[in-house]
Amino acid sequence: MLVLEKNAMTEEIELLVHKYGKLRSSLLPILQDIQRKHNSIPDFAQQEVARLLDIHPVEVFSVISFYSFLNTEPKGKNIVRLCQTITCDMAGKTGVAKALERELGIKFGETTKDNKFTLEYVNCLGMCDQGPALLVNERVYPKVTPERAVQIIGEVK
Amino acid sequence: MESKDNLRVPGSQKPLTIEKPSDLNTIGGTVSVEINEKKITVPLGTTILEACKMSGISIPTLCNHEDLCVAGVCRICVVEVEGMRTLQASCAFPITAPMKIRTSTPMVRKARRNIIDLMLSEHYGECYSCFRNGKCELQALAKEYGVDSYTYGHVSKPKYEIDKSSYSVIRDMSKCVLCKRCVRTCIDLQEVGVLEAVDRGDKTHISTFLNKPLNDVICINCGQCINRCPTAALRANDPSDEIWAAIDDPKKHVIIQTAPSPRAAIGEEFGLGAGHSMTRELNTALKRIGFDKVFDTNFTADLTIIEEGTELILRLYKALVKKEDAALPQFTSCSPGWVKFIEHYYPDYLDNLSSAKSPQQMFGALIKTFYAQKAGIDPSDVVSVALMPCSAKKFECNRPEMHASGFKDVDYGLTTREMAKMIREAGINLPEMPKSDFDDPFGEASGAGLIFGATGGVMEAAIRSVVEFVLGKKTEDIFEKANIIPLRGFDGVKYMEIPIGNEVGEVPDIIKHLVPDWNWLKGATLKIAVAHGTANAKKIMDNIKAGGKFSECHFIEFMACPGGCIGGGGQPIPTTPEIRKLRAKAIYAEDESLELRKSHENPNVVKIYNEFLTDGPCGHQSHKLLHTHYTKRGRYIA
Repeated sequence: MLVLEKNAMTEEIELLVHKYGKLRSSLLPILQDIQRKHNSIPDFAQQEVARLLDIHPVEVFSVISFYSFLNTEPKGKNIVRLCQTITCDMAGKTGVAKALERELGIKFGETTKDNKFTLEYVNCLGMCDQGPALLVNERVYPKVTPERAVQIIGEVK
Repeated sequence: MESKDNLRVPGSQKPLTIEKPSDLNTIGGTVSVEINEKKITVPLGTTILEACKMSGISIPTLCNHEDLCVAGVCRICVVEVEGMRTLQASCAFPITAPMKIRTSTPMVRKARRNIIDLMLSEHYGECYSCFRNGKCELQALAKEYGVDSYTYGHVSKPKYEIDKSSYSVIRDMSKCVLCKRCVRTCIDLQEVGVLEAVDRGDKTHISTFLNKPLNDVICINCGQCINRCPTAALRANDPSDEIWAAIDDPKKHVIIQTAPSPRAAIGEEFGLGAGHSMTRELNTALKRIGFDKVFDTNFTADLTIIEEGTELILRLYKALVKKEDAALPQFTSCSPGWVKFIEHYYPDYLDNLSSAKSPQQMFGALIKTFYAQKAGIDPSDVVSVALMPCSAKKFECNRPEMHASGFKDVDYGLTTREMAKMIREAGINLPEMPKSDFDDPFGEASGAGLIFGATGGVMEAAIRSVVEFVLGKKTEDIFEKANIIPLRGFDGVKYMEIPIGNEVGEVPDIIKHLVPDWNWLKGATLKIAVAHGTANAKKIMDNIKAGGKFSECHFIEFMACPGGCIGGGGQPIPTTPEIRKLRAKAIYAEDESLELRKSHENPNVVKIYNEFLTDGPCGHQSHKLLHTHYTKRGRYIA
């Protein structure tokens, strides 16, 4: 990371710490804000958050590694998450999965070459009555069919 | 440090601890409980585990440790509480109301057995090829509960690669049982924060920042985690094979120096209780193993006092008489864990650190110069081993700047545990050894060097000499029996003021060329402080940074490990507050039994300044051999 980028990042995190308070409990909202803006939480940002909250970098890393929606390595610009739990599976998850893989040309857990899409499985999205459920960035799509999945990807593109 | 109040307990664990009432006679101060149909009255907030201990019932524990905050994660200590649907973890259950507890019901026994079986199913390795064989808490539990088969299977392949990147600590996470003692040690006890649980569910493992090797993150090598690990997941980097090879090589002249703390603790490895000093028995054992010479690290501890004391006087002289900037307070630099801690977290204060090397490294430099010359041995044939209570000493002797003699000053740092292993390997039962003395030319050292092992010891040793230097009076005239009690004990931070008054003595010959008289110290007050455990060191450093009380101190002793070296990361396992107290007691008792109790009175120290370090303390020769410099490492992990 360049020095200028580092300085900008520090300033940004200082603002976030000011916004949420210098508390251990502010860690998650701060990390979520960084994730939202940068699509990942870089090493340097983790260490700065730790320094400014007076905790240790490994504690920040531990929290990030616990939550699937936080990541240290950059992912695609849009993240497509398909629910893999049992009710969605029985409601036809497999077909949707195949359609998504075909449409994007990647397997689950991968990112497209143009860095536009990352395809992932997630556990229960809480839409068990309306499966299969798909989460694209921050929007949930219930009762997704293979055709609808392709259409959604097209809308996002 | 001995009280748990100062631990930064994570919020989620707060409900698990309740402050005990200060006055037990107030209403509600005590609660009576029934354990296995036996009534007992305990203070409110006592955990079930403590209550059971009080009534003589033993409960197995794994994640619980007296030095650490409550975790309640291993569940091995479960008991039945009447009226509760599920079993309760006794270590994390503060008693607040009368209750009936049962510790050995079919449900409890079955649960414990299941927990052990589940742990074993994920625990890689066979006991006979494990260095903790016979000393493993998991193995002991399996034995206690009669495990004779792997009910839930057993892993046949290691899950993780062994991390051997560090000079001091080796991590083998395939043997980890996720008790998180190391995490709590590193984060709460030491506030270094190297280890945490990473990932989730069955993928959870203890790891470092970004899963980097230990060498690449901010580890101070204190080894406290090793000392608290119940299994063999964490261990020190053992150089005993190389040392055996050197002993077996007739061309090599193998020398060992022994520090005071291992001598006070090594008996524990041979079945003795804590607090038996084995100094002279150890000398014989080491000779029988095949070490050519056995020297006493206390000799260079005495030398450290002279060098570090002179350095302090020079700094004070510079600040008070010459009115120039001098880095005060001066910090001790004997603890390699502390040195690395300050290099990482307070790099702006490195000038305050005394440039004097630790006793281990001073000895290393002298062995390959002074001693080799005197004995007529080629220094390249000398192998210098240091028996230390410390895993950070292994890192220290590998620092690139520690080549003052032209060779690697100290070749190997050996911990107390590894030494005990070597002694056992040689078929020697240490307590049965006859007593023998240290070898010439360094011989016997003073009690001041001996007490370096306990927290406050370096400071006490320094004060014993400084008082006599400056006031021209005997230390015994000021402090009874030359015991400086305010500096002893296990309070996390100790502070003391010594008024100098208007009567000063003559400047002793050894430093006459540096300061003409003591008149400039008339009416001054010497302010000193002592901290042990890096969490306490951090408190003092933050206070200095904020310009608080400790920034006005003149001299501060820091030790990285709780209790000082006697609680070091290379000491026998277990190390608890109780054991630390007994080891300290053994050291202080040995000190009091000695004739020679002040560093500057050590005839061999006087001799070495006459013969070898002829330009005196902090002179050119001593700067070359006995002083060092530090590296600004900073807190960022690249």
